[in-house]
Amino acid sequence: MTQTEPQVSFLGTTALLFEAPGEMCLITQQRIWSLAREAQSWPEVGEAIPGMNNMLVSFADPPTNPTPLIMRLQDAWRAARPMPLQGRLVALDVIYGGDAGPHIGDVIAHTGLAIDDIVALHTAPDYPVYAIGSHPGYCYLGGMDRRIATPRRQVPVLRLPGGAVSIGGLQTGVSASDGPSGWNTIGSTSMVFFDATLSPPCLLQPGDVIRFRAERVIR
Amino acid sequence: MIEILSQTALATVQDLGRLGALGFGVGTSGAMDDLALAAGNLLLGNDEADAAVEIQVFPFELRFQVACAFALTGADCAATLDGQPVMPWWSYQANEGQVLRLGPPVAGPGRISRAYLCTAGGIDVPAVLGSRSTQLRGALGGYEGRSLRQHDVVRVGQPGDRVRRVGFGLVPPAQVDPLLQDGVAGMRVMPAAEYDHYDEASRAALWEQSWKITPQSDRYGYRLSGPKLSMTTPLELRSHGIVPGVIQVPHSGQPIVQMRDAQPSGGYPKIGTVIKADLWRLGQAPIGSMIRFIRCDWDDALAAEQRNRTYLDNVRRLTALYRSRPGLA
Repeated sequence: MTQTEPQVSFLGTTALLFEAPGEMCLITQQRIWSLAREAQSWPEVGEAIPGMNNMLVSFADPPTNPTPLIMRLQDAWRAARPMPLQGRLVALDVIYGGDAGPHIGDVIAHTGLAIDDIVALHTAPDYPVYAIGSHPGYCYLGGMDRRIATPRRQVPVLRLPGGAVSIGGLQTGVSASDGPSGWNTIGSTSMVFFDATLSPPCLLQPGDVIRFRAERVIR
Repeated sequence: MIEILSQTALATVQDLGRLGALGFGVGTSGAMDDLALAAGNLLLGNDEADAAVEIQVFPFELRFQVACAFALTGADCAATLDGQPVMPWWSYQANEGQVLRLGPPVAGPGRISRAYLCTAGGIDVPAVLGSRSTQLRGALGGYEGRSLRQHDVVRVGQPGDRVRRVGFGLVPPAQVDPLLQDGVAGMRVMPAAEYDHYDEASRAALWEQSWKITPQSDRYGYRLSGPKLSMTTPLELRSHGIVPGVIQVPHSGQPIVQMRDAQPSGGYPKIGTVIKADLWRLGQAPIGSMIRFIRCDWDDALAAEQRNRTYLDNVRRLTALYRSRPGLA
């Protein structure tokens, strides 16, 4: 779906969804970060939360007429310059394959690549954290190599452990706690991403960068 | 303090939800029937947003280890206090050591599924990220971030704040403001982003057919069964923020309504959103029952929220009146 104008839709009267046009990319995400920072300062906005080239805006109190807010968002989008966040680089040691990555066989089967090639391609880029969502402390990452893209699983796994490094379509990520997932687990890390007693509770935030390092590959 | 006596409780501490932590990936949680929780609190003179125990598996038993005013709202569970009947939506004073027992929700056309135990001063657990609601994934908030278990002892209010004037009650919102469509429980829905991508038959079915709540329904989401909803062309969406009430349609064509424990982002197409004002109706609809979606727009949704607020304002007024009347015990 390639649009030239942003799309705005309602999630009831709780929130609206602002979706940027065009192919998914970092420049657009940087404009989303910029837009979210601006929108967060408006009194009618509860929270402005970046998604993947989109943004959820919850209402502090739903306005009688939402149109002025939508127009304001669209104006702000036109004016939004990419905000290159100077984030931290966090290196994660990953054990790939074996019990740590039970679905790496499916990624091998789908891509036709050897496990060492998959690990090399997965550890090569620095992955910018585009957004936080899904579950406490979870990071949506950009920048995965298309060659290791693997479709989500037909049947979701009911209990993927925290620290699981996985691939779902064109995206990769690390689960922050035990929970269900439809993604393919290729490895695991012991990093703790979320601690409610800390401020902020999340280890990472949008603009930070993750680099995966192969601690071990179980072939 | 109250002690949980039931073995498999699956009850949780909830308040009106955790707002403001979406940026950390933390969803809202909160009471499935926010109106019952708020009304129960107001009935006791609490803040409407105080925490209560949400009970969804019965029978459920607990012992008051201290004297404490309380009210049960939500489902009528033919409750008893040391064997004496306890009416729902009514305030009582429990003495130290008394046992409160809730049976299964009373059968009948108006049967609903969740009960709330509100206590004077609220359930006293620490607020985490601005709320006392239990967030199961990530295990935070509520009672140690988990469901209540047998022998758990939960703190209630402050000493000296647990005795309140009691002995009056409320008409439940389901009676004040029922919503039926062709005799079936109704929930108002606003179309969402991908609504127009569904074919005409699917869009018509959404409004005209009844939907059954399947057994795979819980605080995370309600999986519905009914006619298959089909898109004119399949869409691959980018992960984006969602809220409780969003009706997602996975590839099966059978909708899933996101409920209070839903994750705060997703990627399935959205055909509509059950409005905030009616989420309590869905949260109370029993597994196996039929529901109907009623199309509404922004103004209708705001008017429905106003009606809920008016109900709670009336509860607040009524309670203040009773509590201030001299000579009542």
